[in-house]
Amino acid sequence: MLSISPTYMLYYLPLIVTVALVFGATRHENTTLVLNHAWQTAKWITGFMGVIFAVLYTISLFT
Amino acid sequence: MNQEDNNTISVDGELVDLRNRPLAALLAWLIPGAGHFYQGRITKAAIFFTCIMSTWILGFAVGGSHVVYSSWEPGDKRWHYYLQAGAGMISFPAYIQGRRMDDATDSFTGETKSDYEPLWDGLMAPPVRPVIESDADEVAAWYAQRGAGYEMGTWYTVIAGLLNILVIYDAYGGPLSVPISGRKKDEVDADESDQDRE
Repeated sequence: MLSISPTYMLYYLPLIVTVALVFGATRHENTTLVLNHAWQTAKWITGFMGVIFAVLYTISLFT
Repeated sequence: MNQEDNNTISVDGELVDLRNRPLAALLAWLIPGAGHFYQGRITKAAIFFTCIMSTWILGFAVGGSHVVYSSWEPGDKRWHYYLQAGAGMISFPAYIQGRRMDDATDSFTGETKSDYEPLWDGLMAPPVRPVIESDADEVAAWYAQRGAGYEMGTWYTVIAGLLNILVIYDAYGGPLSVPISGRKKDEVDADESDQDRE
């Protein structure tokens, strides 16, 4: 199914934390709002990547 | 409106004094978070410093400490460096090493001279020239040693540099977009004066 080891997904974890926190902190001053924004960003990016994965996986089933 | 008013913004119900904006932006570039520290935005300074520096250093380590170097030679146009340098001072050794390598490169043959010695035990030094994509040169050896780590290390350091560009902007002008949580101080003042008139 996957052509690479699932452990490569570990590269994703520090990146999503960093990107989400920096995105949040460059849009708010209040720490609670920063964390909320970071959480929303992390969910959005993860969801978007999940959709892309699902599409590619589905295509791979027919090729 | 005087200069002090121009440098004070209201975001999330908090007044933020951006102080000397160009200086803050410069500090933010040199050391991620330093511009915010200078402005007294300590929590954000800590977030930016921790996130960006750890991502950059992690990428540098995962890539075997060879992912950050400066080179613009045929076969080795390292455009990534311009983005990695967004993280500031931590990328400066690569620039110095790159200049030294340029000086030590034979302009006619494009090969590194035999008397070339990199500084600091080769930290952030470019590969020995020439670098030819189809040949087993030094870059190929770095790839072979680290595999996906070399690619991921490159992207980690690039992303860290790109994120710091957002941070530099935040230090200069305040939060990128101010959705519903805050507005510029002059807009708030204008609204308040309108309400007073009513």
